[in-house]
Amino acid sequence: MNKKLKIIIFILLALIAVTLAIGYLKHANIPVLEPKGSIGEKEKNLIVFALVLSLVVVLPVYALLFAFAWRYRASNKKAKYSPDLSGNWLVEAVWWLIPSILIAILSVVTWNSSHQLDPYRSLASDKQPMNIQVVALDWKWLFIYPDQHIASVNYLQVPTNTPINFQLTSDSVMNSFWLPQLGGQIYTMPGMSTQLHLIANKAGSYYGSSANISGNGFAGMTFTAKAGSESDFNNWMKSVKHQDQPLTMSSYDQLAKPSQNNPVVVYSSTPPNLYDSIMSKYMGPMTTGHSEHADMQGMGGMQ
Amino acid sequence: MFANLLGRLTWSAIPTDAITLGGVLSMVGASVLIIILLTYFKRWKWLWREWLTSLDPKKIGVMYIVVGLIMLLRGGADALMMRTQQATSVGAHHGILNANHFQQVFSAHGTIMIFFVGMGLMFGLINLVVPLQIGSRDVAFPFLNSMSFWLFAAGMVLVNLSLVIGQFSSAGWLAYPPLSELHFSPGVGVDYWIWSLQIAGIGSLLSGINFIVTIIKMRAPGMSLMKMPMFSWSVLGAMTLVIFAFPILTVTLALLYLDRAMGMHFFTAAGGGNAMMYVNLIWAWGHPEVYILILPAFGVFSEVVPTFSGKKLFGYTSMVWAIWGIVLLSFLVWLHHFFTMGAGADVNAFFGIMTMLIAIPTGVKIFNWLFTMYRGRIRFTTPMLWFMGFVLMFTIGGVAGVLMAVPPADFQLHNSLFLVAHFHTMIVSGVIFGYFAGLTYWFPKIFGFRLNERLGKYAFGCWLSGFFLAFVPLYFLGLMGATRRLDHYASNLGWQPLFIVAGVGVLLIGCGVGFQVLQLTVSIMRRNQNRDLSGDPWNGRTLEWTTVSPPPEYNFAVIPEADERDAFWVMKKPGRHSGTEEHYKAIRMPKNSAAGIVIAGFALLGGFGAVWHIWCLCTVGLLGVICAVIVRTSNEDSEYTIPAAKVAKIEAETKERYV
Repeated sequence: MNKKLKIIIFILLALIAVTLAIGYLKHANIPVLEPKGSIGEKEKNLIVFALVLSLVVVLPVYALLFAFAWRYRASNKKAKYSPDLSGNWLVEAVWWLIPSILIAILSVVTWNSSHQLDPYRSLASDKQPMNIQVVALDWKWLFIYPDQHIASVNYLQVPTNTPINFQLTSDSVMNSFWLPQLGGQIYTMPGMSTQLHLIANKAGSYYGSSANISGNGFAGMTFTAKAGSESDFNNWMKSVKHQDQPLTMSSYDQLAKPSQNNPVVVYSSTPPNLYDSIMSKYMGPMTTGHSEHADMQGMGGMQ
Repeated sequence: MFANLLGRLTWSAIPTDAITLGGVLSMVGASVLIIILLTYFKRWKWLWREWLTSLDPKKIGVMYIVVGLIMLLRGGADALMMRTQQATSVGAHHGILNANHFQQVFSAHGTIMIFFVGMGLMFGLINLVVPLQIGSRDVAFPFLNSMSFWLFAAGMVLVNLSLVIGQFSSAGWLAYPPLSELHFSPGVGVDYWIWSLQIAGIGSLLSGINFIVTIIKMRAPGMSLMKMPMFSWSVLGAMTLVIFAFPILTVTLALLYLDRAMGMHFFTAAGGGNAMMYVNLIWAWGHPEVYILILPAFGVFSEVVPTFSGKKLFGYTSMVWAIWGIVLLSFLVWLHHFFTMGAGADVNAFFGIMTMLIAIPTGVKIFNWLFTMYRGRIRFTTPMLWFMGFVLMFTIGGVAGVLMAVPPADFQLHNSLFLVAHFHTMIVSGVIFGYFAGLTYWFPKIFGFRLNERLGKYAFGCWLSGFFLAFVPLYFLGLMGATRRLDHYASNLGWQPLFIVAGVGVLLIGCGVGFQVLQLTVSIMRRNQNRDLSGDPWNGRTLEWTTVSPPPEYNFAVIPEADERDAFWVMKKPGRHSGTEEHYKAIRMPKNSAAGIVIAGFALLGGFGAVWHIWCLCTVGLLGVICAVIVRTSNEDSEYTIPAAKVAKIEAETKERYV
């Protein structure tokens, strides 16, 4: 009686907790599961696919654990007891083989998706892609629009349905560029240029941040990415160009100094080849730095 | 001149903020209390003779575990601070810690939990159990064993010293450059990190060699490898990983220190260095390290499940192959820790597939444990409950691991709290639950009385539910875009409720730890009611249960024979017990030695000197280590004999007491 009551209370509590959790998560914003771009969408589908495939193994494990624990409890003298049972080639073959088959399936998916969703691979589209150069600084993001000759800090404006080609580096320590609603991350490293190709298919304001610890101001290294129509982008660009706040080499050096929780700033013009000159700061007179880059490109393989 | 002598050390190294001071005062207070108690009860000589200088692996094992459990409290306090910070530092509020302090706390938490809790409990259990389980009187190199422990303890002292003098690293538990380079981390924090791991790591490497030789050379007559108990097999696998992985750590730390102290450029961004090399090297050690910790815990489950199911381990041969499959694969997966570094699709896909392959032998082990329960007579003692909790949580963590093994999926999960939740689910359920099961299981063997079951079950309940509450929210936070290591976040992100739930979970785990402290206290007070008089309190299966609890220093008066798997189980069958009269012989045992503690003391001095650039202290430390090693190795008189008559007397006394 007492035991039954305990079980009922436990089940009730669990139900309340689950209801609360579902209610909360329904209203929560879960970017990775609610992507707004096709890359993020495909990455989400992969997560769901791998999850479902894993459940094929996990659910039997849970079922067997509870079933065996209940059936073969010491107090249940009716259950069969075979103390010398030490194995069975047939059943062992089953749990070597079935997981192997599942992993084989997942391996094919992994191989194909790694190539299809390689961050270095440009996206097919009939639209001209937009180039954006990203520089991680202590502790803010500098976005350079090389074709528009403008730049911004901690703010990114992009047109929807247009492929975005990010080129990324760092003028400080390593950071990781993450814009979860559009797709997965890539590291930014000094003296190294990495690439990331994303696309926004829906308009909106998206949260972005650095995913790799970079020092005191790390937590404030967030940015907003705004995806809007092409005319939204053009209007924004025009308003930036009207600001009369150019980014010069000396104001860049000022900007690159450590600072925390930076507000959004926009620059009406940028020095030519700013990105390349930031990269070359780390190349030095020695050629090693250069070959590093080449290695990276070489490892990129499939670009 | 004087300033130069002290390197970078000045009065400003003493902390002044309230939280650090609180930590310092509690540490100093506890030490002073212990010193007063030892002096009051006149126990110094006893401590020195019976424990500190002992070469008995059972005592060394207990010391490892004491250090590991104390460090669990320290690492747990760090966890509590992190949870408090993240639950309160939202929007206009900035929590209890500033950014740098918060970063030191999580760096210390990771370092301490892996190196001093995980490794401590692991080497502790190995020391306690392996010699007994393979029917040996000692390890292959008893003095090396003591030295390994003391190097481990020296590393632990250095980590905790950083709290009192100076600061700890704020670059995360693996200290990626360029952040960990001198330019970005000019203080002594990273140097404390380097030298505490360097000293403890060398101890681990030496232990690895020691236990491989012990298991290969010192098994009881008749115990061929394929008759060896599964815990010993898992230790053999883990120690193989140790001897291949730890040299990589030693070299990587040395290179980082050369960068920092001598202006070299191994990992700097400029000057021809390459930080990506560091990331590769540290994970080439770091990934095997995870399996070093987890394999012996798997071994514990392979002993606990058959014992409490009253049944042979299912699929022994499969289990052995699964261990070695994991050992091999664990060296082929390190790149999965940085799929986001921009290596090409071929490289990422290769490492992703290798990572998934590990799921196969791991899954096989779980099914074999489950089928060990099949047609058994299961007794739900605390160790068995830890096992069931392990299966529940570990499979969740395993699924998360498979998701992250798919590189494009990992792009969205990497370095988020999803990752943090994943590896905590694996390590807490796999490693910590495993070692708790092991400690409860072998406790009566080592101390001669059982732990209180009721309080143990309460502790388990708190740990399991607290763990669930603390980490399931983190999976969702990761999917919501929350990255790891944030000391502050904006309020409009909607993360705070989940962080608060996670904080409640950690409090529940804290209750679990409280019950464990209570369990230990109550069990010691009531030890006379819980005595293990048979030497075999659980109806065990392997050789460690053939001797009395606690075993004499020589473990076995007569070395047992093990002609079959589960040798003791077979011996206990009706009509099988060899009732031959025991014929005792003289036994050679190693003498106590203070050399281990002296060597580690010099290593600690040298490490402290290296941290603060006090080069004369460094030189003294290095020369001291070398001289002490030479003196010890030229000591020919390191053993003594227990005459046969004395063995007979000890055995007769034990029998009188217990039977």
